[in-house]
Amino acid sequence: MIQEPLRAQPLGVQRCLVGLWQRRGIPLSLLLLTRQPVRLAVALAGISFAGILMFMQLGFRDGLFDASVTIHRLFDADLVLISPRSTSSVSMAGFPKRRLVQAMAAPEVEGITPVHWNLLLWRNPETRGTRSILTLGFEPNDPLFTDPSLAPKARLLTQKGRVLFDEQSRPEFGPVASWFKAGRTVESEIAGKRVRVAGLVGLGTSFGADGNLLTSSETFLELVPNTPPGSIEVGLIRLKPGSDPAAVAKRLQAQLPSDVTVLTKQGFIDFEQNYWRTSTSIGFIFTLGAAMGFVVGCVIVYQVLYSDVSDHLPEYATLMAMGYNLISLLGVVAREGLLLAAFGYLPAYAAGQGLYLLVRSATQLPVFMDTTRAVTVFTMIVVMCMASAGLAMRRLADADPAEIF
Amino acid sequence: MAAAAAIDVQGLCHWYGTGTMRRQVLQGVNLRVAAGEVVLLTGPSGCGKTTLLTLVGALRQVQEGSVRVLGQDLQGAGRRERQQLRRSIGMIFQGHNLLRCLTAEQNVQMGSDLLPGLSYRARRDQAREWLRAVGLGDQLNKLPHDLSGGQKQRVAIARALAARPRLLLADEPTAALDSKTGREVVELLQRLAREQGCAVLMVTHDPRILDIADRLVRMEDGQLSEAEPMGLVTSG
Repeated sequence: MIQEPLRAQPLGVQRCLVGLWQRRGIPLSLLLLTRQPVRLAVALAGISFAGILMFMQLGFRDGLFDASVTIHRLFDADLVLISPRSTSSVSMAGFPKRRLVQAMAAPEVEGITPVHWNLLLWRNPETRGTRSILTLGFEPNDPLFTDPSLAPKARLLTQKGRVLFDEQSRPEFGPVASWFKAGRTVESEIAGKRVRVAGLVGLGTSFGADGNLLTSSETFLELVPNTPPGSIEVGLIRLKPGSDPAAVAKRLQAQLPSDVTVLTKQGFIDFEQNYWRTSTSIGFIFTLGAAMGFVVGCVIVYQVLYSDVSDHLPEYATLMAMGYNLISLLGVVAREGLLLAAFGYLPAYAAGQGLYLLVRSATQLPVFMDTTRAVTVFTMIVVMCMASAGLAMRRLADADPAEIF
Repeated sequence: MAAAAAIDVQGLCHWYGTGTMRRQVLQGVNLRVAAGEVVLLTGPSGCGKTTLLTLVGALRQVQEGSVRVLGQDLQGAGRRERQQLRRSIGMIFQGHNLLRCLTAEQNVQMGSDLLPGLSYRARRDQAREWLRAVGLGDQLNKLPHDLSGGQKQRVAIARALAARPRLLLADEPTAALDSKTGREVVELLQRLAREQGCAVLMVTHDPRILDIADRLVRMEDGQLSEAEPMGLVTSG
């Protein structure tokens, strides 16, 4: 008795689907579109263009926010101490290293790494031009990044005046990586002082830094001699397994003086992204760009559908005279809009993939087609087409079957 | 008796425009068309024939008088009621008014798609059947663009009949055709309507086709009069 409705349900659904299939009529919307290839091509070009524009703008925006924390993600830390005067990776202020040592007192803390952080001028060894590069100074024996391949290379920094160069740095810094790989001794100047490249690391550029350099604290202090003694920019704290970073961060913040801010690693990432999101116009500019794409798409789809309805007005009136109701004719226009959205999205998606690849290779920005953005753009295109179809439908009200005799 | 009549019009008056521009086009029209009867309506242009046709075809709101079509009173009938009624009325226009983006078969199926409770295949087969009946069985997949004027009007007839109407309204269906083709099309229309038991009210100026009618009606200055068939032929 209980099983009967359960068994009946799939049959019911099936019958319903078969019924719908049997009840289908002539696919008027599809034929209206496909039998006017030029109009269809114009509409699809417009929608794809709008879609590509949205993909690019949103991709750049997310990519830039993502890229701003390339380095931040690499750190081997559960908690991060920074100065409250720091606003972003491009303007990190110092705080007393003592605070980091004080944090050691907490029972959960397993280890700490003091990090010097500054943008210094690197001289391109080929062209002799200078460019600002993000330089991190740390004790070569302390863990810095989660990537274990750094530790053996870090030992090379124990010698003074040695640096590790990020081979993913922009080419403007010079052909350091290729020279080094070719076995040449690569020497250059940082802040007017001679350094030698002891090895290569792969970190990646970020929005604030076109290139990265790692060195020992000792070398760093020589490069930046006016650093106040005992001052660092970033303090990494590693916690014992099983401890709750958020709770420890809260407690440390309460215990330590107010000249430091205690962040979780995610908080450190958010701090950086938040700067680019709120204190610069990047988010606004790219969101506006995507909105422009949306508006342009709306105008094109509206134009196409409106002139399509206008051209076929006598035919719509004929259908009304035959006994088709207004709702079913509005449905024809709505389905035209939906079909346009679906057909227009596919080329936009494909072109988006291709352009993302191009952007990645040209700018090293981490721009990927993620599902959220793919769905967002599709939703925007559907809204765009349906809104335009809705506006074009008003033209249908002019279809008066009494006028066609 | 009243239910048997396809069209029953009593004292129908109709005006266009408002205020000082208001102009009366129909002045107390009385017309009765029995089920299965073929009635031709003639008269000079601008005398209100087409207005009468649109009122009977439930395309316009009735202003004054009584209009009963297929047993339904159209006085005060709403948009939805009129739309429902139109499903039982076939209409053939001066121009063919076919959907340009549909093939002949698909155009006819737009008519049979109005029939409830039939599968897609059944409706398509009916559409093909009707095209064969109008002699276009070999032109199923042609677009209106590729058909001649007479062929297009035949497709329009097939489309009108595919919805199985009980009343067929035609407004000068031969206007765009040469006399020979016009004659053929109207004969076809009359024969098929007869077979279906479908009443026909046709507006025409064409004197050569008047003999297909059971009855002729003449309209002048918004009023109807029964006309002698022979008299009209000689005067036309």
